[in-house]
This record gives sequence, structure tokens and C-alpha cells, in this order.
Amino acid sequence: MHIDFKKFTLSNGLRFIVHEDHSTPMAVLNVLYDVGARDEDPGRTGFAHLFEHLMFGGSVNIKDFEEPLLMAGGENNAFTTNDLTNYYIQLPAENIETACWLESDRMLSLAFSEKSLDVQRKVVCEEFKEHYINRPYGDVAFKLRELAYKKHPYRWMTIGQELAQIENAKLSDVKAFFHKHYCPANAILVMAGNIQTDRALALAEKWFGSIPAGEKYIRQLPVEPLQDAARVLEIKADVPLDALYKAFHVGSRTDKSYYAMDLIGELLGGGGSSRLFQSLVKEKKLFSNIECYHFGSSDPGLLLIEGKLIRGESMKTADAAIMEILDKLMTTTVEEKELMKVKNKTESAILFEDMSLMNRASNLAMYELMGDVGYMNTELDKYLEVSSGEIRDLSNIIFDEKNCSSLFYYSNN
Amino acid sequence: MLNRKSVPDITDAVKFQLSLPPYQKISLQNGVEVFLMDMGTVDTLMMNVVFYAGNCFEEQNLIAPATNFMLKNGTRSKNAYEINEYFEYYGSYLNRSAGHETAELTLHCMKKNFNELLPLVAELITDSVFPEEELQIYKKNMQQRLQVNLRKNDFIAGRLIERYLFGANHPYGRYSSMEDYEVLQIAGLRDFYNKYYLGGRCLIFIAGPLPADIETLVESNFGSLPLGGSEKPPLPLTALEPEKEKKFRITNDSESVQGAIRIARNFPNRHHPDFQKMQVLNNILGGYFGSRLMANIREDKGYTYGIHSYLMNLTQESALMISTEAGKEVTEETIKETYLEMKRLCDEPVTEKELKTTRNFLIGTLLGDLDGPFQVAGRWKSLILNGLTDEYFYNGIETIKKIKPAELQELANKYLNPSDFYELVVF
Repeated sequence: MHIDFKKFTLSNGLRFIVHEDHSTPMAVLNVLYDVGARDEDPGRTGFAHLFEHLMFGGSVNIKDFEEPLLMAGGENNAFTTNDLTNYYIQLPAENIETACWLESDRMLSLAFSEKSLDVQRKVVCEEFKEHYINRPYGDVAFKLRELAYKKHPYRWMTIGQELAQIENAKLSDVKAFFHKHYCPANAILVMAGNIQTDRALALAEKWFGSIPAGEKYIRQLPVEPLQDAARVLEIKADVPLDALYKAFHVGSRTDKSYYAMDLIGELLGGGGSSRLFQSLVKEKKLFSNIECYHFGSSDPGLLLIEGKLIRGESMKTADAAIMEILDKLMTTTVEEKELMKVKNKTESAILFEDMSLMNRASNLAMYELMGDVGYMNTELDKYLEVSSGEIRDLSNIIFDEKNCSSLFYYSNN
Repeated sequence: MLNRKSVPDITDAVKFQLSLPPYQKISLQNGVEVFLMDMGTVDTLMMNVVFYAGNCFEEQNLIAPATNFMLKNGTRSKNAYEINEYFEYYGSYLNRSAGHETAELTLHCMKKNFNELLPLVAELITDSVFPEEELQIYKKNMQQRLQVNLRKNDFIAGRLIERYLFGANHPYGRYSSMEDYEVLQIAGLRDFYNKYYLGGRCLIFIAGPLPADIETLVESNFGSLPLGGSEKPPLPLTALEPEKEKKFRITNDSESVQGAIRIARNFPNRHHPDFQKMQVLNNILGGYFGSRLMANIREDKGYTYGIHSYLMNLTQESALMISTEAGKEVTEETIKETYLEMKRLCDEPVTEKELKTTRNFLIGTLLGDLDGPFQVAGRWKSLILNGLTDEYFYNGIETIKKIKPAELQELANKYLNPSDFYELVVF
């Protein structure tokens, strides 16, 4: 499916993309800020995400963000990743200007309220507890990142390394962070839905065009050194089942190997006919579930495999069985039909994802962040070009045992 | 000079004309009813095949979900791997789900592959063989999953509160145990399959930009299958046995840092005249981000990451449920504040302004929720399976637009008395 869009640069340099879709009564305003947890200082992690919460605590001219939006029939949310922060509002297209008013005011400046910071620190701490402390295996993602990354800030989680760092956040930090990252120079604005491009452009210029451009943030992150030896971490915890995690370094989202890497993930862990599931859950019955996934991160990322062992099976046997499957990818060329299967799955996944106006809006912003919004329409072709030879060659690079970090998570009961 | 202080002109969402696009209904030769929703601009389709095969028909716990799950694990001509591979080769998703009254197969696929996929869906529903080995794997894996879930306070709270509300013998109150999985037998699944799939009532919903020959396609793939007719089987009615005790504090894990809280009361189903009005009141109480519970307990006090209230999406009986996870040291405060918010709704009428905000929000989001063929199909499916028509949908909109503060206050006094609520914290 071809997604039509037009790209503009507003008078202050803010990148602006319009996508018209007149089959829907709705419109979406999406703002992406080019800042994520990787831009935080060590020792003050979790800040980008905490800051996202504060963006709902009122802006310089608007005390209450929520109420006018509800009045306009809208809903909104945001998310923070290690790479970026994304805000979106969906509402009936007639009221798109309300979204522009709200979103531009918080790009202009926040209210910086002590009360809001105090409350959101607590809310984020409860979020931290709910997702990572008060549940079995909740600490795995923290341990795996610390094992796989020694220098790059991907070594900490978006939520933050520990509760204490969030509890210590100060209003002065909040102000400094805002001025450094939340300005037109570091943002991408998308308007999508039942709206004409010329009206969209006029509204964007009216509400966002006069916001001072700010300074473009130049990212200078430490590069993760090449891993030169296998890493293993063993943990014993109060969990019901043994679990096994393996993380392999892979290229970045913009690396040319990305498409083959993504397909390798599908071959291994995508669905009931995938290699890991069929062999290790169904045939060998070593795992009760097993998955393979990655985050498509902006800097070089990780391909992860995780599974819970059938009670009574040994970690060593389970690990060897995974390695055998990976070894097959390195030594035997994948057959055309299986390769076609994962390409078809990708085609379908893209199509289903693009059904939602909200997804289309945020994806347009993300492709622009990657370098060119036009990538949105060329992605599928890049997947279709991947050959079985590339899959095998890349597998040999990724699944080199020196490139692997393993976490053996043992149940102590 | 740009005026950033005041809101730009807003079109009140209540002025929007909302409509539920109609479906086309066809009846196949074997009596199977098919509901077609031909709309949408993206070349993807969704098909739900619904059977009256939910857990209210069970004579043994877990038979309904196990039978439903195993439909995809072997037919006479294909084993589980081949079935998965077939659907995945075409980039399609075939999901199963079992509820209390009905159980479904749902196909999501690209329009261009629809023809290739229908025969296999038909095969699954009429020619499944339930291999012994597949059942053993299912039992083991589900038991392991349950063991992990039982370590989550939120999971425990969700099970217990439904048991308190409906009773341990009611299909809405029954839950799984390790033993229940252990004793599942192939024979039980096959009986259930014969009785409630092959011999039961089947309804099919298809949505998306449909192929021109859709009627022929459906007739040729499903019309001659040996399925039961269009007659709806009588739902076996089990009496509610609500728990007498109302307050529970349960320790699941001595090292918990949060308590999973549920505050809930029984509530009649959608056919009760108060149901749709209650949806508006519920929305004000805890139905969305700007609700009173969120404003107080999250945005003012920071006790929780989120607190929500809702009317449970159930057919025979419903319940009003308030759900949150809060810091261990503030769980009692959270409960106290929840009752306080209920009391405020009983004591003071909602202001016209708050009510207007709620109306606009509900209508605006409804407009968004109906955006797309799958959303419209979901809405229709819910109406049809609950024995309702679009009149209910339009009444709901009228209720949102017209309900008065006094009516909401009356409703609050009728349904928001703390003594009617179960109260549960799992640490």
C-alpha cells in the first residue's frame, strides 16, 4: 500500500509532514522528539521517560492539558523508548486546531510545576514496581542490557536503572532537559487524516512556526566496543521455572543488514511454524514457550531469544538445542518457500499496521527520523530483495559465539 | 498576535452524526448465518467464525478453552505444523479464543489470499482430530504458564474477584488449576467438539473490502459443511452464588512492593435500563485518563500508575469493577479515596461542564472507535451475540447526549454504596 504524504519545513526549521486520508472522520497530530533514554547521563537514568509524564502537567499558557482535549472529543498518549519520545493526539478532524494549540504550547514551554514533578516521580516509581519489581522475571531486561552493553547507554532501561535515580530528579534537571531537547530543531511534526494539505500547513505555520527553533542537539554517544568473548550470567531467583535468555549484537535500524536480520528473527521465532517453536516446544519439548525478537533500535541493537524450560530439563541441554538451530541457519541455506513465508508475513504485518491512522502518523515521523520519510514506501521492497545467501552470511556474523550474551535464570525452588 | 491563552473554536462532538454502517446477512444452505460488512480502503480482511461453545456449556472445567485451542492442532490431512505453516505462508493470522458463551476462530489476512485460506478454516472446524501428543504438550505448557501467572498478584486478584462476584460454580467465576489441566482427556474434547462445534450453532462475520464473489465463496466453503443449524442452543443457566464475605486481604508474596486492588459489585447485563446510563457514570468515575479516580489517585496523590473502572463485558450478568495496583504502603489510602470519589458522586451533582466534557469525549472517541471495517464488525458482533440491535447502539448515543446531572446522581446513590462492593487486596 502506498502512503501519500507531503513534507515541508516550517519557517523555524521544524520538519512537518502531512498525510491526507479522507476515508476517516478523524485526524491525528503526532510529535516526535529526537530524544530517548540513550541521551541521559549515567546516574540520572529514567529521565526522558519521567519527562514525558511531565509533558501532561500543564504548559506555559495552558494550565490543564486534558480538559480542552476531551472537550474536543480527543484522546492522546505518548511513549518513550531508548531512542525517541513520541506524542500523539487523535480527535475528530474538525477539531484538529485544538490539538495544534495544545501541542504547540507545550513545545513552546512547560509550566514546570513542583507539584507535577513530585506526583509524577511517584507515578513513575509505581510504574517501575508494577512492571519490573512486582512480577517474576521482572529484572531480566535490566540484567541482559547490562550484560550485553558495557559502554553504550543502551545498557540501561527506558524506565531507569533504579528507583533512586528517579526519586532524585530535580526541577532544575527538568528545565535543562526541556531546553536542550524539546524545541523545533529536534522535533518532527505529522498531521494525518481527514484534512487538506494547505489547511494543515497553514495551521502548522500558525501554531508551531513562531516557536524559537532552539539548538539542534548533536548526539555523541560512546560506541559499544565489539564483543570479543561469549558472556554468561547465572542468576538464582524465587521464580517457578528456569528460563534462558540469549542476546546477540546486530546492526542498527538504518544498517543495510536490518532487513535480513528482521527476517532471521521471523524464521526463528515468528509464529507456530517458526524453527525455534517447532523444534524446541513441539518436537523436543524442552521449552514451554520460546520467542525471538529485537527492538529495531537506532544504534546497533540486540537480537534476543528467550524461553522458559520445561521443568526437569537441564539448562545445558536447552542451550545446546538452541545453538543447534542457530548453527543450521549458519550452515544450510534456507529454502525458497520458507524465505517466501517470512517475506509474506512481513508484507502482511506492514499492511495491517498501516490500517491504523495513528500508526501511519507515528511511522511517518519515525522514517523521517531515520533519514527520509519516503522510506515508508520502500521498506517492503528492501525485505523482498533479501536473498537466502544473505540470511546465511548474516547468521554467521550474528550467531558467532563470541557475539553472544547468555543469561541462565534458575528457579531456586 | 496569536492568542495562546484560549481554546480555538471547538465543534462539539455531540453534534456529530454517528452511524453504524449496516451489514448484509446471508443464510447458507446448512443454516449457518453470515454477516458481511463490506467496507474499508486497505486490502485486508477479517473473518470471525463463532460457535456457541464457551465455558458455560462445560461439564468439566477447561474443556471449552482446550477444545478451542486444539482446533488448530491437527486435522485428518494436516498436522499442527502444516496448519501453522499454511496460514503463515500467506502472511495470515488464525487466532482462537474461548469465552463464557461463545468460542471463536478469527482469521486476519490479505484480501488477495482469502480464497486460499477459506478451505483450511472450514477443515479446522469440521475435521479436527485432536492428537493425543498435542494435548499433552498443551497441558504441560499451560500448567507452566499458570505457575508463572500465579506469582503475579494482579492475576490472582482478577481470578478471586470474579469468584466472589459470581460463585465458584458459575462459568464467570470458575478458574483454572494445575489439576484441572492434568485431568483433561482427548475423549472429553472430542465429545465437546462433536456437540458444540459440529452440532452447535455457527455464525460467521466477515469484514473488509470484500471480494465481488463473496457470497459464492462463503457458500462453497461453508454452506455444505455438516454443521448444526441456526438455532441458538439454550444457555445453561447457573445461579449466581456471590460470596457473603465482602472484604479480603490476601498475601501471595511476602516481598510484594505493590498490592493488586479490586473493588467490585454485581451489576445487571446490557438489557437492564440502567446499563447505558451507568456507562456514562462509570466514565466519570474511572473510565478514562481524565476520570475522577485517575485525577485523584494518580494525578494528585501518585499512589498508582493507573486506576480504572469499567462495566465487565459479559453477557448474562455484568459487574462494575475498579482495578489498580498501588504501592504496598498506600493500598488502604487508595481504597479510602476510591470510596470518597463514589461518595462525591452520590452527594453532589456532576457539574454541567464536567458532563459536557464527558459527553464530547465519549462521542469523539466513539467516532474513532468506529473507524474501520474491523471495528464496525466488532460492534455488530457484540450487539448480535448479546441479542441486541442497532437500536441499542443509537439509544446509547442518545443517553450520552441527554443524560442529566440529577439522573447520574440518582444512579450513583443506587449503585455506588460501599456496602455493596467487594474489596480485595492481594499482596
